[in-house]
Amino acid sequence: MASHVRVRMNVNGSPREAEVEPRLLLVHFLRETLGLTGTHVGCDTSNCGACTCHVDGEAVKSCTLLAVQADGSEVTTIEGLGSEGDLHPMQQAFWEKHGLQCGYCTPGMIMASTDLLNRNPDPSEHEIREALAGNLCRCTGYHNIVKAVQEAAGQGERQEVGA
Amino acid sequence: MSITEPPPAQQGFVGRPMKRKEDPRFITGRAVYTDDISLPGLLYAAVVRSPEAHARIVSIDSSAAKGREGVHAVLVAADLELESGLPMAWVPPGVEVNTPEHWPLAKEVVKHVGDAVAVVVGDDRYAVVDAAEDVLVEYDPLPVVVDIEKALEAGSPLVHEEFGTNQVHEWSLGGGDLDAGFAEADVIVERRVENHRMSGAPIEPRAVIADFKAGSLTLWSSTQVPHFLKLFLALMLGQHEEKIRVIAPDVGGGFGAKLQIYAEEPLMALCSKATGRPVKWVETRSEHMQVSHHGRDQIATVRLGLKRDGTITAIHSKIIADMGAYLMLLTPSVPSLGAFVMSGCYNIPAVQTDITGVFTNKVSTDAIRGAGRPEATHMIEVTMDQAADELGMDRLELRRKNFFPKEAFPATTALGIVYDSGDYHASLDLLLEHFDHEAFKREQEEARSQGRYLGVGFSTYTEICGLAPSRVTGPKGFGLQTGLWESAMVRVHITGAVTVYTGASPHGQGLDTSFAQIVADRFGIDPEQVEVVHGDTATGPQGLGTYGSRSLSVGGEAIVRAVDKITDKIKKIVAHELEAAPEDVELQNGRFAIKGSPDKGMTLGEAAGAAYIPDTMPEDMEPGLEETAFYDPANFVFPFGAHACVVEVDADTGKVDIKRYVAVDDCGPAINPMIIDGQVHGGIAHAIGQALYERIHYDDEGQLVTGTFVDYALPSAADVPSFETDRTETPSTTTSMGVKGVGEAGTIAATPAIVNAVIDALKPLGVSYIQMPLSPMRVWETIHKGAPVSDPGGSGGTFDEHGTGGGAMGPARPGLEEQA
Repeated sequence: MASHVRVRMNVNGSPREAEVEPRLLLVHFLRETLGLTGTHVGCDTSNCGACTCHVDGEAVKSCTLLAVQADGSEVTTIEGLGSEGDLHPMQQAFWEKHGLQCGYCTPGMIMASTDLLNRNPDPSEHEIREALAGNLCRCTGYHNIVKAVQEAAGQGERQEVGA
Repeated sequence: MSITEPPPAQQGFVGRPMKRKEDPRFITGRAVYTDDISLPGLLYAAVVRSPEAHARIVSIDSSAAKGREGVHAVLVAADLELESGLPMAWVPPGVEVNTPEHWPLAKEVVKHVGDAVAVVVGDDRYAVVDAAEDVLVEYDPLPVVVDIEKALEAGSPLVHEEFGTNQVHEWSLGGGDLDAGFAEADVIVERRVENHRMSGAPIEPRAVIADFKAGSLTLWSSTQVPHFLKLFLALMLGQHEEKIRVIAPDVGGGFGAKLQIYAEEPLMALCSKATGRPVKWVETRSEHMQVSHHGRDQIATVRLGLKRDGTITAIHSKIIADMGAYLMLLTPSVPSLGAFVMSGCYNIPAVQTDITGVFTNKVSTDAIRGAGRPEATHMIEVTMDQAADELGMDRLELRRKNFFPKEAFPATTALGIVYDSGDYHASLDLLLEHFDHEAFKREQEEARSQGRYLGVGFSTYTEICGLAPSRVTGPKGFGLQTGLWESAMVRVHITGAVTVYTGASPHGQGLDTSFAQIVADRFGIDPEQVEVVHGDTATGPQGLGTYGSRSLSVGGEAIVRAVDKITDKIKKIVAHELEAAPEDVELQNGRFAIKGSPDKGMTLGEAAGAAYIPDTMPEDMEPGLEETAFYDPANFVFPFGAHACVVEVDADTGKVDIKRYVAVDDCGPAINPMIIDGQVHGGIAHAIGQALYERIHYDDEGQLVTGTFVDYALPSAADVPSFETDRTETPSTTTSMGVKGVGEAGTIAATPAIVNAVIDALKPLGVSYIQMPLSPMRVWETIHKGAPVSDPGGSGGTFDEHGTGGGAMGPARPGLEEQA
């Protein structure tokens, strides 16, 4: 694995480039090469979605993509979505609705949820649950994650979930 | 701090659903979990693990791995300098427990798939995995035993030859006259109740970094118990304890799986010592499934004696519990925790639990969310429904008839356990306000007429939590050498800001916020001015960690005691400054003021200023405003509640769909109701996972079939419903705040509600009983064979798409069905 290749991508609006092993996963490029540790690894098999970020505007599981496959792409990670002083509405909604406990799945969950609203700005509870089925959370039972997505979708009063 | 609802004037912060203080770093990707930490010169480790369930190690050739560029060390068992092996710290008292040696790297024989045999340390995270594959280990396979019932048969292969048996121990807990109880019974209901093996599966896998330099060890670990880890590292490494600092940074969930002392913790310390560099190991998910301890895995035979009118006369549970290959931190004590609450909510005159621990060639079991209590509650609550059917009695009426009444508290069970407080009728009443049982019955009838199968199941539970008290758990009880108190240190800074150091070690429970709410109210300040520090053995007092729903009822109470000491001092300072008596000083509108003269007083900041400027203080008083407290409660706490689950079962496919889940829980007065609801949601989802989807499955050769999240089905958002939750608030008489605990309640309560619901749904199809996990295959088979079904297939067998066993573990055995 001595040979390296150069990858260039725009990450959170900044041009980044590095010489990487061809086998380097995008998630490790983000975490180890760029130090963007908000994107997490939870399963190694693309089931848990903790590594979800956006590539060219769509949610991807960055443990399933090689860094070289993202060459030339626009990548957004949780760090690029919003900051403490300027939270993205989805980040704010997760905070307001207690959509997180240990926080480990949270960046991926937020990135998947923003992707959902980009595609479907007014989803039903069923659509939210189906859309987030690729992101696993062990803490919340998903109840408040669903509420957070509804809140971010501006569903306000309609957000009461349950039977 | 933002608050969901604006506070009514004069009201405190306790009781409000405040947004969590800790959240900004999590939602912006700025949290720091162990794998996020990098150190100068950091090396990476990969562990070489056994692919065999039981085998003699013939040889290990690490020359090729050592020859690889960038590899710094390869360690095998012979290279490890350790004073002792991995600890088993909790021993059921009064009985012999066969306790095998358990070393971080196997010495001669591997005992389960994943048992570690070597560790490789190198420069590069990827290359070290390649190097680990170059370590050539030759194994001579030995006979394997997987099924716990077969493991107890004569002639079974032995996991540990030296004991001459696979039996770990036998331990019993009983009270009352069992024989008289059963003699008095008109009906005896006997059921086999299986509680299959599951994984804790926090989404953050474990991770360890060790940095050994200048004779001192700093070790970061994704653990629930940094203080225990420091103690046991000292014992294993023969290192003075003051030269060890353990840090649990942000921890991405635990669920008991991180309440453990794992091989990789001392191993990384030794790797760092060997290389003179910091070394990091991060668990893959496959490793988590193989070597992070599992939970449950019990087979029980439950006998319940009742009079014709429904009065319970006796309960007797015989439990065979799979301990796995080794005894880890709490392994043999987990089933015992269930024995403590084998009375459930019921006033039963004779109660007996007999536990037999068994070795198998599987990874150890240990505490997973609930730890013994979900199993016990499942036994009781499923058997209660079976008894109601047997008697032709309403399920809830049977429960109500046997509840300890409100007036009975503190209620002493036949075991001598004292339930601190409870009002079981009230929680069931409130449940039925939310869930219209009669309306449901009509809906169910109508659905049945259309060929649809709806069912409702109930569970009324109480649990034992707030682990502590040392008189039960400590050296004279379960033998934990440190006792099980909790500590707190509270520092009021010169400006009146507050830092709380807690011995609890939260990993998602929101304690930064709950604790700040408690402290803020007692000091008349805003929770934003209270910082909660945890998870670092170099800061604050000795602590014991977060597990067993103990952090608030033990750790929070320790904080209250430290705060009380400070408040006493403040009152003296204020009295001295304002020329009043200390007993006349009280907190009024954010000021420590003189009773009757609210304009005369000092804020916390003013009192702190005085405390740190000694010339304004009473002569005999020490300067400063900082106190430490250790709290060891007199008793456990006993949360309780009532849950209802509505399911629809597709009779053609066997798929179970949870239509509605209603939970009423009582954990005493709420500190932060939003956080309580979140804990209940997560606990129920964990139980839904076990009841419907999750099962750790080993084949007959001891190979782990469910080794990744592809095969082990953690429920997703699409697999669980939204939950309806409510609370009653019955204060504990153990704790000063009346608080109990709630982290495990949902998991303890929910599996029997789900199973009872499925049985209720399928009654028209002749099904009267079924075991978890309720995979579509098992449900379908049960419908088509009718229940009971004879399928004693043990733990091997078929395997369906959900990672849950098909007919493998088998529904009830007919012999047991007929004995009522």
